Amino acid sequence: MLISISVNGVSHSADVEPQTPLLWVLRDNLGLTGTKYGCGIGICGACSVQIDGKLQRSCTIAVSEIGDASVATIEGLSAHSRYPLQKAWIAEQVPQCGYCQSGMLMAADALLKQIPSPNDEQIDAAISNLCRCGTYSRIRLAIKRAARVRGERHGATV
Amino acid sequence: MSLTNTGRRLFLKRVAAGGLLIAIPGAAKEFAAATGKFSSTELRGWIRIGSDGIVTFLSNTSELGQGTGTALAQIIANELDLDWNTVRIEMAPIEARYFNPGWDEYATFGSGGVANQFAPLRKAGAQAREMLVSAAARQWGVSPDECDTKAGVMWHQPSGRSSQYAQLVQLTADQPVPENPRLKPREHWSHIGKSLARLDLPAKVDGGAIYGIDVRVPDMLLATIMQCPQFGGRVRSLDARPALAKPGVLHVMDLGDAVAVVADSFWRARQGLDALQPQWDLSQASTHSTPQYMGMLHEAVRQDGALYVPSSSSSEQVLDAYDKAMRSSVDMLDQDFSVPFLGHATMEPMNATAHVTAHSAELWLPTQSQSATQAAVAKALGMPASAVTVHTTLAGGGFGRREELDFALQAAQISKRCGAAVKLIWSREEDTRHDYYRPAAVVRLRAGVDQHGMPVALRIDSACESLYEYTHLGEFRADAKPVDTSAVGKLPNYYQITAIQMRVTSVDAGVPVGFWRSVASSQNVFAYESLIDMLAHRAGRDPYAYRHALLPVGREQAVLDKVADMAHWQKALPQGHGRGIALCRANGSSIATVVELSVNAEAGVKLHKICTVIDCGVAVNPQNIRAQIEGGVIFALSAAFYGEITIQDGAVLQSNFHDYRLVNLADIPVIEVAIVEGADTPTGVGEEAVGPLAPALTNALFAATGQRITSLPLSRAGFNLLAARTPV
Repeated sequence: MLISISVNGVSHSADVEPQTPLLWVLRDNLGLTGTKYGCGIGICGACSVQIDGKLQRSCTIAVSEIGDASVATIEGLSAHSRYPLQKAWIAEQVPQCGYCQSGMLMAADALLKQIPSPNDEQIDAAISNLCRCGTYSRIRLAIKRAARVRGERHGATV
Repeated sequence: MSLTNTGRRLFLKRVAAGGLLIAIPGAAKEFAAATGKFSSTELRGWIRIGSDGIVTFLSNTSELGQGTGTALAQIIANELDLDWNTVRIEMAPIEARYFNPGWDEYATFGSGGVANQFAPLRKAGAQAREMLVSAAARQWGVSPDECDTKAGVMWHQPSGRSSQYAQLVQLTADQPVPENPRLKPREHWSHIGKSLARLDLPAKVDGGAIYGIDVRVPDMLLATIMQCPQFGGRVRSLDARPALAKPGVLHVMDLGDAVAVVADSFWRARQGLDALQPQWDLSQASTHSTPQYMGMLHEAVRQDGALYVPSSSSSEQVLDAYDKAMRSSVDMLDQDFSVPFLGHATMEPMNATAHVTAHSAELWLPTQSQSATQAAVAKALGMPASAVTVHTTLAGGGFGRREELDFALQAAQISKRCGAAVKLIWSREEDTRHDYYRPAAVVRLRAGVDQHGMPVALRIDSACESLYEYTHLGEFRADAKPVDTSAVGKLPNYYQITAIQMRVTSVDAGVPVGFWRSVASSQNVFAYESLIDMLAHRAGRDPYAYRHALLPVGREQAVLDKVADMAHWQKALPQGHGRGIALCRANGSSIATVVELSVNAEAGVKLHKICTVIDCGVAVNPQNIRAQIEGGVIFALSAAFYGEITIQDGAVLQSNFHDYRLVNLADIPVIEVAIVEGADTPTGVGEEAVGPLAPALTNALFAATGQRITSLPLSRAGFNLLAARTPV
């Protein structure tokens, strides 16, 4: 069945079964491999994307449920790591193996859109993704750094 | 980092891009000469200086998250005076000249990427620099002594002339390679010891990094697999029709001990596999279950296992020394410690892409064992090793799991049978149920104590499965005799204990076991450091002061003192809080950890602070070392609280992250790391933080509650981990 979806502002169509998880359409049909498979049951968050700005685990949502909503993946953040969140990630040297980081970044981005300057408890509550290398402490620092940078930038324009 | 999927195309592009590989005899030559495996004309080529000025470092160490490639490039850049902005990393081809000199393999393990290659890389960098200096001097008609290098540029100070390295590279082709190049003295180090940003990270924050699971080759099919749930079981019968009826499914295969489905997408392959109901022949399968197997281990440590005899000693000497020391003791303490099987749970499940044709094979995969993979695939396909090309991709974690060969052999077999390039991806469930686990183990300790309460004799009886029986398809099985050193690990001989006797019994369960980050330290250090803690309390002494007194002046004592200082050990704690301390020596490094925690009335454990000090000799990239220590601590926390693979009738009960839990971001307290440089060469970093964490944690629990934990994980003892920042 031919299904149309909008990813990072671009319309795509894929010939897949409607129950196919969004994750595998992104990876196998659209070639967007930044979104990762980790568990397939919505726990680890390696497959996190945003659907109409809302954080979702793409491994447990069927592609047919997307409809007209717009999907944002890691590839849509910025092409050359210029987005403040990505810069903060580099500044804090967050990734180790890096496999979970696409999902972490999408989760952090969704958090900052909702709460521009989150405190520790809000970060705790928002980031349920798993990282096996143990980059958690640096993720916390990078989120705070990105929030600070955005705050300063906004402050300067006032 | 240019680790991409299309190796062949990349190679062509690379040649077209020009530039020259500076080939330098590796300092591994001394080693090679000793083994006779290299001819004196064989050269290593560590770096390529392109005509565009880009300097590519060819790494032989898999990038599993540990950042070794960056550290290795720093070592070269230090001696060669490179402009760091021009440095790139690429994986070296699988050739003998790129083998890690520490073990004569192209492989990544044992925390040996930097430790084994520091000296060879410094020498290689210095040789290349001297060759460039000679080339410049000749071209300019000046003395080499008047030439100097800085940031990829050659300078002739008296005349002010300068030249980019790239312009000089061609002139080095006929230069002799200097035997004894001058190394930079430490006070002039430009790149070693600097917290330079990792070269692999930019691609890891924009989705561009290519892991094994992301590999795409032309006309590639996707496969997934179900291995017999019971270890050792075989396929008895298989009705392929339900899978073949599914859309996109192209092949269904009986692989002997597994069933594979090949389709035009992973999801379709998975749907096909889920439709199958293979019948298994369990006549040769494991029938063990965890409670019964642990009983066998507890029994085994009460027998006399094979005696470990250090190479400098004899069995008579070991036994005499032990008996004598034991006779001088006035008190004795016996304790069993037990730990479960553990999975690696890399975030990227096992996978490999293979394209096997009649006369050759090409593989793209995240692996820690390139040369062994090449050899095993060649053997399985009946081809010479030279017909098998292995491309290393980035790995979504390794921790020892990707030292094994199973997934590569499966991919090759599947590709051969369907006559197409195939990417095999394991589901998380397969990954959890078919790991090469950290062995379940029982370690029984007996200490003889003198009149001052200090241990003078220590007997260690260890029982578990043999790593050598299973790892690399049993290739090292012979090394398990007469005593299996893979399970022995390290004796705690850094303590001043007069005599230590260790005995090992291998008890097979038919469950595959392998190398798991820190290997034997993960169980032994838990036992040793718990026992030392018990002895300290029995002697009525402070656990830190007791350890300090038991250690000679040296690296262990120094890291112990520093970590106690960092953790404000002497400062009184509120009611319900406890601190625990532990240390070990591993892969040449010394490391000590203090955990501070509190426990509420419902056995909820809140971590307040974790301090770790490592002496890893030269710290090549301090910020990355800190990252590895933080990571090791967190890896060990998951194991200590939740880690448990349970066997029932020969099969693993756990299947995914809901029942093989990892700690979350919210669980992690402040982790403070300090680095001590107690030697002039680097030693291990990647694995070392794991060993001391569990005993520091359980010693802290004892301090807080009076309850002594002798069996992991803590969740089984009724403890649960609370978010580190919420009120208890």
